[in-house]
Amino acid sequence: MPNITNDDVDVVIVGLGWAGSLMAIELAREGLKVRALERGPDRPPEDFAYPKPADQYAYNTRNKVFATPREAALTVRYTREETALPTRKWGAFAPGTGVGGSGLHWTGVLIRPTPTDIKLKTYADQAYKKGQLDADMRIKDFPFTWDEIEPHFDFFDKVCGLSGNTGNLRGELQPGGDPFEGPRSSPYPLPALKDTLNNSMFKDVATRLGYHPFPNPSANVSQAWTNPYGAQLAPCNYCGYCSKYPCLNYSKASPQTTILDVVKRMPNFDYKVNANVIRVDLHADKKTAKGVTYIDEQQREVFQPAKIVILSSFQFANVRLMLLSGIGKPYDPISETGTIGRNYAFLSNGGATLFFKDKHFNPFATAGATGEMFNDISPGNFQDGPKLGFIGGAKIHSSQATGTPIGAALPPGTPQWGKGWKEGMVDWYGHSMGVSITTTCMSYRGHYLDLDPTYKDPWGQPLLRMTFNWRENELKLQRYLREIVLKIAGELKPDAISENFLKMDSNWDITKYVSTHNVGGAIMGTSPHDSALNRYLQSWDVHNVFVPGGNAFPQNFQANPTATIGAITLFAAEAIKKQYLKNPGPLVQA
Amino acid sequence: MSSKFTSSRRTLLLASAAAVPIVALPLGQPKAEGLEGVTLSRYQPVFFSPAEWTFVMAVCDRFIPAEGRGPGALETNVPVFIDQQLHEGLGSDIYLQGPHKPDAPATLGFQLPYAPQDTYRIGIKLAQQACQKQFGKPFEQLGEKDKDTFLTALQKNTVDFAALGEPTLKASQFFGQFLGDTKNGYLADPKYGGNKDMKAWVAIGFPGARAAYTEWVDQHNRPYPLGPVSLSGKRA
Repeated sequence: MPNITNDDVDVVIVGLGWAGSLMAIELAREGLKVRALERGPDRPPEDFAYPKPADQYAYNTRNKVFATPREAALTVRYTREETALPTRKWGAFAPGTGVGGSGLHWTGVLIRPTPTDIKLKTYADQAYKKGQLDADMRIKDFPFTWDEIEPHFDFFDKVCGLSGNTGNLRGELQPGGDPFEGPRSSPYPLPALKDTLNNSMFKDVATRLGYHPFPNPSANVSQAWTNPYGAQLAPCNYCGYCSKYPCLNYSKASPQTTILDVVKRMPNFDYKVNANVIRVDLHADKKTAKGVTYIDEQQREVFQPAKIVILSSFQFANVRLMLLSGIGKPYDPISETGTIGRNYAFLSNGGATLFFKDKHFNPFATAGATGEMFNDISPGNFQDGPKLGFIGGAKIHSSQATGTPIGAALPPGTPQWGKGWKEGMVDWYGHSMGVSITTTCMSYRGHYLDLDPTYKDPWGQPLLRMTFNWRENELKLQRYLREIVLKIAGELKPDAISENFLKMDSNWDITKYVSTHNVGGAIMGTSPHDSALNRYLQSWDVHNVFVPGGNAFPQNFQANPTATIGAITLFAAEAIKKQYLKNPGPLVQA
Repeated sequence: MSSKFTSSRRTLLLASAAAVPIVALPLGQPKAEGLEGVTLSRYQPVFFSPAEWTFVMAVCDRFIPAEGRGPGALETNVPVFIDQQLHEGLGSDIYLQGPHKPDAPATLGFQLPYAPQDTYRIGIKLAQQACQKQFGKPFEQLGEKDKDTFLTALQKNTVDFAALGEPTLKASQFFGQFLGDTKNGYLADPKYGGNKDMKAWVAIGFPGARAAYTEWVDQHNRPYPLGPVSLSGKRA
């Protein structure tokens, strides 16, 4: 038993990233006593004053503001017949830790899924013949309509000072925006960032080829912004240190810059750092939680009683905590029973790097979200998917998230070391641009999360185990997208080009960074038989536990996840405020 | 502008490093400027032994040699960076709990039971053994061509660490760790000990920690006119 018990609170929040911070301010403004427990350190804005973050080696190479694998590794295998091995170093993804979570060092691309993306199962049933898709595919609709969720996207856009071009305002298409986006109730709060050279080159060719490019929707703000909570952001100065860095200019929307500065001033909110929650404590009937237990800075076990428990850590950590606490039944891929761990999905990326002797891209002069993209090749927007027998799509883009030199691209054939490498850096640094894809990824019966039987964390608790690999559907999609990217690349007439796409026999390579857009594992749905959470992110099994995060997505769409995490968190916060507080119990009858 | 780093000075540096014990740094000198003020010939390694240091210096000099355009690894103090990083706990973030399965598919990532410090200690020892066996002398005494041939053999695993009794570490893994650290040291901020006087940044045209380009972002296809600034506020 824990040797320390804290004072009671109304709400305990486990993990103070985007989801935790939104829940904190929304519920604290309701007058509730809210306490957040963050497993990592505090990350106050003064730690990121200029020039501290302008340090590629510390922040990018050595992952200064990320969780370490030593403390947060999981294990990975391709199929359930294999023994999983730990992610001893980060590669394909790298979760954050500390106050702000991944929201502190994200790139800031704040894009919504399309109405088709949130009703993907319905679309698949209409557009594909029976039996055309993989029999093990387990895609689902999100359990809300576009009209229900749109106001929450809209509010989160305003929290972040979203900068870009409006594409669809209440059903009217707008020039310069994404014609495929769902109708917005209000325009983008701020105009787009300035375009860099790669942006304008890509945009010209994409337009000429009949696509509909638009500026990457950006949470690096283009102009000064005061958000609905009263927090202020400064215009982005294109410092070039964004993706994987905290912002040195108060320009990137993060929990710190948009929420925490405000909620920290409220007397009914507090937070503890280096507080590693090891379980949710349930009452004997397992229908409600009494609070959570954590290990504090002095390695003492502390019990935190609470009326409502919000699990808002990174996706993996949320799923793992549910498994460690006995919330819901673990998923079994053989019998397809149980819900915790099912529908895990990652995503793929890829692209071409184009080298131009005579062009200066000045890649260091950029915002994280700098880029142009088009959404023409996403589900429902093109006909080749149903024709060729794969479902999914991608945003196709030329982005310039950062231009720091360690790991800079060099033309194919450049030696890896020696005089040739050195002169390659002199000749080619700043002379390349990318044309890239960020793809969808479907969920499958055999892709899931559970607890590893062998490997443990430093506190003796089992690591989470991931069973995942590429499936034919995702590989076919990659090969299809490759043709489009190489066509665009060819039109740009580079002096040299390198490409990076999956082949039909590729296994998932955990060593090459893709993005940290891991989703699923504790998904939202309409039935307790095949989802862990109802539409309000409330556990079907333990009604005072809510689990906002990427864990709730039933599959991955081509859009970056943060906008949706914000929207579903706000949707859940509203349900807690308007319904749950008055009448604590299941918000949806099973 | 930076002073020219002549090949004769470089030869002297390598020879002196190989021949005599490193003289301890006069107290206070590195502190004044941090690691940015270090003179390589007078640097006393804090992680590597004198024999290891000789090897590290000689390999860095081939990984990023002085010849051709741009500064070399020795001119930019890259060995100081590596020594300091290993001393400061490089790799302390790795999950090292067993059981280990080093023969797992490469796509499942790093599975060695070794921190980078172990990789260097074992790698240097075995590389020198292999070199002695093949050429009859240690790496640092080989001609440039033989040095490059031997490094290529490490890179391609034609040097067989298993035959020398090492159960898990492959020559290519040691090579990869070493080369990666060398490039990091060459291109990182000078505060970590490498990229001395920001010479690598000057050579490639990276402005370092300037980090404010509102006026430049839409000046397309024009070379940026200003030199780099370091985290310590120096300019080059």
